[in-house]
Amino acid sequence: MRNEGKSRRSFLTKSATGLGGAWILTNYPAILAAQEHVLAAEESQQLQFAFFTPEQAVEVEAMAAQIIPTDETPGAREARVVHFIDRALVTFERDRQEDYTQGLADLEAETRSRFPSARRFSQLTFDQQIELLTAIEQGPFFNLVRTHTITGFFAHPVHGGNHSNVGWELIGYDNSLQHEAPFGYYDALPQAAVRLGAGGQQ
Amino acid sequence: MKTFRPQEQVDFVVIGSGAAGGIMAKQLSTAGFSVVVLEQGGWGKYGHERDYTKDELLSEHPAQADRLMSNPDLQPNTFRRNASQDAGPGVHSYGCVVGGGTVTYGGSSWRHLPWEFNEASTVGSIAGTGLADWPITYEELAPYYTQAEWEMGISGLRVDSPFVAPMTREYPVPPVPLKSSGALLKVAAANLGLTVVPGPLAIITEPYMGRPGCVNCGMCSDFGCHVRARSSSAVTVLPIAVETGRCEIRPNSYVHEIRVNDAGRVTGAVYFDALGQQVFQAARAVVLSANASESARLLLLSASNRFPNGLANSSGVVGKYLMLGNGAGASALFEHPLNDYKGVVSGAAIVDFVPSDRSRGFYGGGRITSRGYYTPISLGLNSLSPGQPRWGAGYKRALRDEAQHRMNLNCFTTQLPLETNRVDLDPVVKDAWGLPAMRITSTSHPDDIKNMEFFRQKSIEILEAAGATKVWAGAVNDSRGSAHNRGTCRMGNDPATSVVDKYHRAHDVPNLFVVDGSSFVTGGRNHPTMTIQALAFRAAENLVRAARAGEV
Repeated sequence: MRNEGKSRRSFLTKSATGLGGAWILTNYPAILAAQEHVLAAEESQQLQFAFFTPEQAVEVEAMAAQIIPTDETPGAREARVVHFIDRALVTFERDRQEDYTQGLADLEAETRSRFPSARRFSQLTFDQQIELLTAIEQGPFFNLVRTHTITGFFAHPVHGGNHSNVGWELIGYDNSLQHEAPFGYYDALPQAAVRLGAGGQQ
Repeated sequence: MKTFRPQEQVDFVVIGSGAAGGIMAKQLSTAGFSVVVLEQGGWGKYGHERDYTKDELLSEHPAQADRLMSNPDLQPNTFRRNASQDAGPGVHSYGCVVGGGTVTYGGSSWRHLPWEFNEASTVGSIAGTGLADWPITYEELAPYYTQAEWEMGISGLRVDSPFVAPMTREYPVPPVPLKSSGALLKVAAANLGLTVVPGPLAIITEPYMGRPGCVNCGMCSDFGCHVRARSSSAVTVLPIAVETGRCEIRPNSYVHEIRVNDAGRVTGAVYFDALGQQVFQAARAVVLSANASESARLLLLSASNRFPNGLANSSGVVGKYLMLGNGAGASALFEHPLNDYKGVVSGAAIVDFVPSDRSRGFYGGGRITSRGYYTPISLGLNSLSPGQPRWGAGYKRALRDEAQHRMNLNCFTTQLPLETNRVDLDPVVKDAWGLPAMRITSTSHPDDIKNMEFFRQKSIEILEAAGATKVWAGAVNDSRGSAHNRGTCRMGNDPATSVVDKYHRAHDVPNLFVVDGSSFVTGGRNHPTMTIQALAFRAAENLVRAARAGEV
């Protein structure tokens, strides 16, 4: 599932709040369809940004959606990483604001220089976006957005990203903070039940 | 909690509340002495540990009041490889909260082995090093190891092995559950003829002394324990000290001078309080337990007319023979999920390579431990296997494929004591209070580097023998800083070559005691905390006896 045919806005805006990530994964295609309609209704009342202009947010979200794309499971867009980054830039990453302002301006210039018919990165096709990001992937701005995107995708949802735990679901991370052995495949095997160290040898 | 006025002379000021300071405070106060503990860090969640966050982002970006580790912005340190270089920014950090590093450590609680107290005699001298015997033996310290294991609460399994220190008593609580990484170590050990033991941990596995067992939350090392299962000083010895009504813990108290009188005795400690005001706390004696790096720095900061080279430093040894802590390791992927992020960080260990072996051609040794520390953000940012994409569809696929299948081996290895490896005062850089910053100078001995490479190779071999589908290991790195720092105020019988005597009394100052990792003569196989704790129980017993006899 590619994102080019979808809106560039977060579409899991309100109706999925409070649902478990597992439910979302199971029902994801249906949610996508449903959210297309929700989105249209909510187009005029987007979540408020504290730092980004709405236009900047679209560009950052487009970058994030290439870093962790949406396929059969949610990506950075559904995790609302752009909201995480926006909040970070007015709190613990306040000193990176200028990096974004300048980085987004440079991104736009790079877009126009490579693709003269395009105005903005978010308007490029999926493959054009990859081509451009590949060209700048060693640069500081790309790596800043990468760090923020990944951090937002996996940070606790209270920080605005990892919405409905979609980041944790991707890597099978269970945040219940209470686990019982066996934890994995190998410690569940019968031979693992033998206590270690008896007589010093195993 | 009992509080004292600063001008009121207490029996003891204890500087630092970590592995050693907490024990000293408890032993001295329960013996009837008045004690003020000066801790430069804050309270943390002392007494309301359930409020410890398990939020990885907050842990990385804590508010000052929530910090558990030293703040490099306020207390920078500098680093250089040798004395001919100008020092650049350092990376050293340590626990900085009531309870010190024990609030956040992985909890490994290995004893030193008997021969680790006299390696100079048994291995022989090594050119260019300060390898020396300790002035105490394993037999002298053994009862205090047992005391520390039972008073702190250590989980583990007593084993009969030449590679593990002998014990006369079981651990008070059983070991943590075997993780999948431990089961795989067993597979490798069976194939290679090696010995696997569960790591002894300062993490209780069942109710003990009023605390509940570990719930295997997985957000362990670097986080405070929200169920109080980690046997930190903050949930064990410090509350007992406070309960006596004779001990005050005074956090946010940054000591910058141990003051002396004309007779050459210490009279107390001067600190900056939370408001930046200088306060002098008077005491009959001072116990310095600020960890090897800060204890040495504080002695050097306390230079005076009478002690121009720093307090207790007539030998010139203060700050020298620093051992930061070396290691090596490798990582692997396996066919089935391990979920090694669940449970304690430090899992089972292979111990066959603890002793040095002349046939390897270098001095060395260490423990190979499985270590499952993959919090989601760190996994996503930099923990995929080599060759995987850094972003895009391939990156996402790799996250999904690798996260639950990864295993890591961390080796904790030797570092020889060298006179040139040291802590001193940076001549240029100041901290936020205007005090000279800590400067670290350190380059490991060539044998240490060879030893690290040996353990890197062993780790690869073991993971392959366990059936890994992919194994990788980065190049070994000489340490630049570590919470495991040891050796800057080494103990010894000769005042010309050591800082404290075998009971931790400064040779030069009769009422100053330095009790922490700085006393180490040699570093063991890294993991220092259990030995620090045993030394503290032993030091406290002798200090109480001396104080009662009027000999302090």
